[in-house]
Amino acid sequence: MQLTSFLHRMQFAFTITFHYLFPQLTMGLAPLIVILKTLAIRTGNRQYDDASRFWAKIFGINFAMGVVTGIPMEFQFGTNWAQFSRLTGGVIGQPLAMEGTFSFFLESAFLGMFLFGEKRLGKWGHWLAAFLVFLGSWLSGFFIIVTDAWMQHPVGYTLLPGGRFSVSSFWELLTNPWALIQYAHNMCGAVITGTFVMAAVGAFYLLQRQFADYGRIFLRVGVICGVMASLFQVFPSGDLHGKYMARYQPITTAAMEGLFKSQTGAPIVILGQPDEEHETIDNPIIADKVLSFLIYGTTTAEVAGLNAFPKDQWPTNIPLVYFAYHVMVGLGTIFVAIMVLAAFLLWRGKLYQSQWMLWIIMLCAPFPYIANTAGWLTAEVGRQPWLVYGLLRTSQGYSQNVIAGNTMFTLLGYMGLYLLLGILFLFLVPREIANGPASNSHPVFVVTASKES
Amino acid sequence: METLWFVLVAIMLTAYVVLDGFDLGAGALHLFIARTEEERRAVISTIGPVWNGNEVWLIAAGGTLFFAFPLLYASAFSGFYLPLNIVLWLLVFRGIGLEFRMHVDQLWRTLFDGFFAISSALLAIFFGAALGNVMRGVALGENHFFFEPLWTTFRTGPDTGILDWYTCGAAILALVALMVHGALYVALKSNGTVNARAHNFARRLLPLLVVLTLIGVPVSAIVRPRTLDNFTDHPLLYVIPMGVALSLASIWIFERQAKEKPAFIASCSYLALMLAGAAAALYPALLPSTGGDPTRDITIYNAAAGPYALRVGLIWWGIGMCLAVAYFGLVYRMFRGKVRSETAVQPNP
Repeated sequence: MQLTSFLHRMQFAFTITFHYLFPQLTMGLAPLIVILKTLAIRTGNRQYDDASRFWAKIFGINFAMGVVTGIPMEFQFGTNWAQFSRLTGGVIGQPLAMEGTFSFFLESAFLGMFLFGEKRLGKWGHWLAAFLVFLGSWLSGFFIIVTDAWMQHPVGYTLLPGGRFSVSSFWELLTNPWALIQYAHNMCGAVITGTFVMAAVGAFYLLQRQFADYGRIFLRVGVICGVMASLFQVFPSGDLHGKYMARYQPITTAAMEGLFKSQTGAPIVILGQPDEEHETIDNPIIADKVLSFLIYGTTTAEVAGLNAFPKDQWPTNIPLVYFAYHVMVGLGTIFVAIMVLAAFLLWRGKLYQSQWMLWIIMLCAPFPYIANTAGWLTAEVGRQPWLVYGLLRTSQGYSQNVIAGNTMFTLLGYMGLYLLLGILFLFLVPREIANGPASNSHPVFVVTASKES
Repeated sequence: METLWFVLVAIMLTAYVVLDGFDLGAGALHLFIARTEEERRAVISTIGPVWNGNEVWLIAAGGTLFFAFPLLYASAFSGFYLPLNIVLWLLVFRGIGLEFRMHVDQLWRTLFDGFFAISSALLAIFFGAALGNVMRGVALGENHFFFEPLWTTFRTGPDTGILDWYTCGAAILALVALMVHGALYVALKSNGTVNARAHNFARRLLPLLVVLTLIGVPVSAIVRPRTLDNFTDHPLLYVIPMGVALSLASIWIFERQAKEKPAFIASCSYLALMLAGAAAALYPALLPSTGGDPTRDITIYNAAAGPYALRVGLIWWGIGMCLAVAYFGLVYRMFRGKVRSETAVQPNP
């Protein structure tokens, strides 16, 4: 029993973590490509067109990876979490089906036009196609967040006989305050990935002394958007999310912060390892009273610790929640520092010559991926032992008719397959980056209208 | 309301089969239809801009099934755990083979073309077997759940696997039908040798398709006698098999006359009517049980979500589908006509 449930959880965790490496870049790049297209039209500078075409190629590879790893997600609710799907399909089936109808059709239709139809669409038509791809990818994110937010903070439902849930207010479901806050935080996280990757490629070109004109464009757009996104991520979106979490999932907040005992003027732990057995933090570096202030705005407020709650409601993996959260917050803070500094150098006109800063920017590219993954780990592992917070436990949700042997088979299958995909991705993207933005003269086939059809 | 959603889900699945059907079929055939790199590119570019959108119908149908009939989604997807996961892997291979072939060198391109062809063919086979399983029914328990291994004794009966003689037959029928469909599509969109080979394939496969259809339809009634109930109660439904026969005849005739567009449309109508026939035979069941106990069937009544969910769903689904159809109209219009080779050199600064 234990093993079966563990394998189902591992398969979902593995496939979703791998999947989300790709959409975060597509969702982050989409608005940046729209910005590049806008600049191309407004300035009439060809280089912006080349730049957006270059990023469209990277976008296309990521999009394909996102699609092929995303389809299994849509079906895994049914294959591995059948009990959960049976009980909650009447609620979360709605946003998931809406994602298919509203965003996937939009995205797939206009991505095809954006990638293959530049000549035929004209500059404004092509801009519109880029914009609609952006809209589609961001809508898709919204519906997924609505689904997750309902699991984190269920609203707008009624309970039917047999333990089934049914949506009672469609509007409440879509405007779940948790969803709106989480959406802002998540999409901003995606933009951070997009801006860091764009800036890193720019820095790479300048350090390589190759495609330097494009390098400067990428750095400028990446740093200006990146500094805004990094700041917004901490305040207000992260701040709001934290406060909301403390209000509705105080146990999770306690686990994230490693706060074992309720106290007034609660400290914030910056470093240290949580010791569940003795309910302390080893070798702590702490800042007194900061946690009370962050949550309630006063240094004297009482913050509930884990000891305020029965143990069967504690998150099942407290060290992971704690570290995932600390990694996310730590990296988020570093991102602000780097981007503010880079923006300052850009403003003083020194960024393109500062080798050390270019090195830092280039090497930073992987870290937003880690921060985004850590953030999702915090949210999802922090929600345990619940699937639907306070209503349905994870142990009640998995497919009991699928035995461990079958789940192990598919989990290993996904691991092997995704390993291949990862290798392929790491081969293709650096190649496109090395080819650079100006190498666009591949012969391509185009479809043209002809009379005999 | 439940009946309406049954029809809507059936329409979405039909749209998926008709649309993705031609790119699956084209994929399964493209190694034979196209021999040189240039020919392969020509075939690939007939489906390049549209395959992803076609596949979205599957995802959208899956999502709609989830919200309209949660019990079916939960039971069928977990019960068909193994084949469904294998289908997902094949979809991964197919997407990668198709999307990334242009990014790799010639040597690897051959491999990617192989991935694309094999996964396309296997997908057609699995989809056929899936439909066969639904038509035959599965051993549903009292809680409406079940689990099927990939195969057991290859016999229909109490302990069936995904594959038995009946579902294997359905799989072959599906593969042939989609290959014909794909060949007709490639013929419609191409010129020269590719066009000639596609016609050749369509003509050779057609007799096989006719034979398989003539065997397959009556056999379904033997495997699950209840298949015919709706038809005996509402004789008007016999229009559907007659339509199937008519569509097959039209494919044959139009293909003889080399009328590409009508032949392809007839093939679309053949596929749509075959699925309509299956849906008519099943209704109101979504997944029948084999035990002979109809209370164990998953039907539209015991599987449906609450009435409010179905009502509110109808509003946004209607809007969403209108938009989707509009996008499809736009894309197919933009990429209409035959493909031709052209070197598009983009200006360098």
